Amino acid sequence: MPNPSAPRQNGKQLDPVVRKHNFEEVAQIFTKEEALAEANRCLHCKNARCQANCPVGVQIPEFIALLKDDKVGEAASKIMETSLLPAICGRVCPQEKHCEGNCILKEKFGSVNIGMLERYTADTARKEGLLKTPVCAKPTGKKVACIGSGPSSLAAAAELARAGHQVTVFEALHAFGGVLRYGIPSFRLPREVIDHEIETVKSMGVTFRTDVLIGATEKIADLLKEFDAVYVGSGAGLPTLTGIPGENAVGVYSANEFLTRVNLMQAYKFPETDTPIHIGKRVAVLGGGNSAMDAARCAMRLGPDSVTVAYRRSAAEMPARAAEVLHAQEEGVQFEYLVTPKEVLADETGHVCGLKCTRNELGAPDEKGRRRPVEIPGSEFVLPVDTIIVAIGQKPNPIIAKTTPELKTTERGVLALDEEGKTSMPGVYAGGDIIRGGATVLLAMKDGIEAAKRINQYLQGK
Amino acid sequence: MEENTILEKVALNSAVVKFVIYKPLIARAARAGQFVILRGREGGERVPVTLVDWDAQKGTITVIIQAIGKSTAMFNSLQQGEKFLNVAGPLGTPVEIKQYGTVAVVGGGVGIAEVYPIARALKEAGNKVIAVLGARTKELLILEREMTALCDQTVCATDDGSHGMKGMVTDAIQQLHDGGEKINAGFIIGPIPMMKFTSRLMDKLGMEPFSSLNPIMLDGTGMCGCCRVTVEGKVRFACVEGPMFPSKTIDFDELIRRTSEYKPQERQSLENYQKDHVCKCGLH
Repeated sequence: MPNPSAPRQNGKQLDPVVRKHNFEEVAQIFTKEEALAEANRCLHCKNARCQANCPVGVQIPEFIALLKDDKVGEAASKIMETSLLPAICGRVCPQEKHCEGNCILKEKFGSVNIGMLERYTADTARKEGLLKTPVCAKPTGKKVACIGSGPSSLAAAAELARAGHQVTVFEALHAFGGVLRYGIPSFRLPREVIDHEIETVKSMGVTFRTDVLIGATEKIADLLKEFDAVYVGSGAGLPTLTGIPGENAVGVYSANEFLTRVNLMQAYKFPETDTPIHIGKRVAVLGGGNSAMDAARCAMRLGPDSVTVAYRRSAAEMPARAAEVLHAQEEGVQFEYLVTPKEVLADETGHVCGLKCTRNELGAPDEKGRRRPVEIPGSEFVLPVDTIIVAIGQKPNPIIAKTTPELKTTERGVLALDEEGKTSMPGVYAGGDIIRGGATVLLAMKDGIEAAKRINQYLQGK
Repeated sequence: MEENTILEKVALNSAVVKFVIYKPLIARAARAGQFVILRGREGGERVPVTLVDWDAQKGTITVIIQAIGKSTAMFNSLQQGEKFLNVAGPLGTPVEIKQYGTVAVVGGGVGIAEVYPIARALKEAGNKVIAVLGARTKELLILEREMTALCDQTVCATDDGSHGMKGMVTDAIQQLHDGGEKINAGFIIGPIPMMKFTSRLMDKLGMEPFSSLNPIMLDGTGMCGCCRVTVEGKVRFACVEGPMFPSKTIDFDELIRRTSEYKPQERQSLENYQKDHVCKCGLH
């Protein structure tokens, strides 16, 4: 019998005192006992709300039922019927917004820890050799190119391969995974997990190529000579900066630069690796999203005296996941709420020596319903910092739009889709941050999966 | 033939090496003023290097690399038949090639190699092209023969007077101007102070200066913003909007400060490499 009132299992985490000095994964995998206890809390609702609210439609009650019987391999196969990257989803999906946020047990006993169960299933099946290569349909003879190797393209590539198409993924950088590799730190998503998931997609017959920047190395029009369809999942590779005076001072990083140095280039291992990073004694991170938390926690691990997140609204409006904020706080990251940066101050060598800010109070709600920050007159003060990381969002990388006049964009610079999810160029589909601007890994995957279905339909008619 | 293979390696002087690399996609797409990003090993840096030449038919690209840090020293130790780990590009916006009239292409040190494809494209577009080549000393002045063959006139200047006139490229430009040469535009590639003072002089003499900037880069695709420079008071990303910019109003002092950010680490890295290198090759 299910036991929903049993305490929710949260798993163990590395001690903050230890983990703030390393890049090991913070959340530890469930033990078998924890997994069974947690699986046993699930009521296996008919018309399960968790599943209905999963962006990629994972059959949650079914996979948890298989786990209860300790059929880990079958549980993994069940998840992979709809989502081919379970070890990634189990870690980086904001479950509190999707499945767990809609669990029937949420109010009374606490939601089932679906994220940790998914991760347990994926990791255990991998470790015990129970993962089955997904079965692909008979070859269709059609070729599809996927641009970028981030979550959206990976999801699309896997689904297209499953449908029997011959798929090639083109990545501009030297390593695969897109934002999973350059953005998300290994203490949230270990590098070997990304490698494993990419191996799964490779095992389905997908070809992966590095060092091809579509728009520069080859144009989309070139691809269409060789491929029957193209999926653009090139992501949000353009940092937003504040535009305040002094932002080009030495010691001001965009979150993209800082995270890319640390995560993709592994600058924290310098001089064993060749890309350096410079961290001062007092670091300010501007912004309140997940990238800001990632940057702050990476910065902490490089050993400064202090790391302070400066956010212009209050804690309640912060877009970062609550769990990430908590982890950051446990690791010693400080938070300055209701603060707007005004000017970067630099010393005579051009290096950051402070951040002039004003304090805010909350005013009327904006169009998204979040209360707007309003500057308090005469509240100017200086944060004494020597490193600043700007993590206030990203925009779509413009290279593809710039080099492909056939592709229509919106005024926000994202690729425009019609109501059928097609771009303005025949045979070209798009999804993820290139159409959303800056969203989550899961929404990017969802777009990839849905676009793959549309591409299948398109290719059937061709 | 495998991509990234070094087909030809020629030492141009003690620190500068020319590589011809097999990379058909880049050879087909390359334009004057663009660059590639090279990596030599796992864990290696992404190093931006200007494209000096390309041959779409043979599928080859040519780069000329000066060993100044660990990564470039390591690149230059690669041999013919070996491979670069990664070659990505062509990156950056090509230089606008049009009829300017009379143009000066100004190269300092290894910048001579970098300005060469621009000189060629300008010449093909019907401009009168004057090459102004500068280096500290004769040994470091590369590609003079190629430039002389290509351009309408070639002037060399060395700091020590060991070749051409004694002085800087600015002296050579001033002299051309004083001699009545009407130069409409200049394309300048070299050390930052050289680009700064040459731009300033050209502007004063009524010539339109352009400089190819070399800030620190990471991805080279506009993703990180590490390469931001200030041109005409606006923040620009050199990797996608440049590297060539109108240089009357570039904040060169900011560029100098930003390119110095990792000097101590770069020095440490090079020292470690040289120490290891001595041990491994057994020649020292």
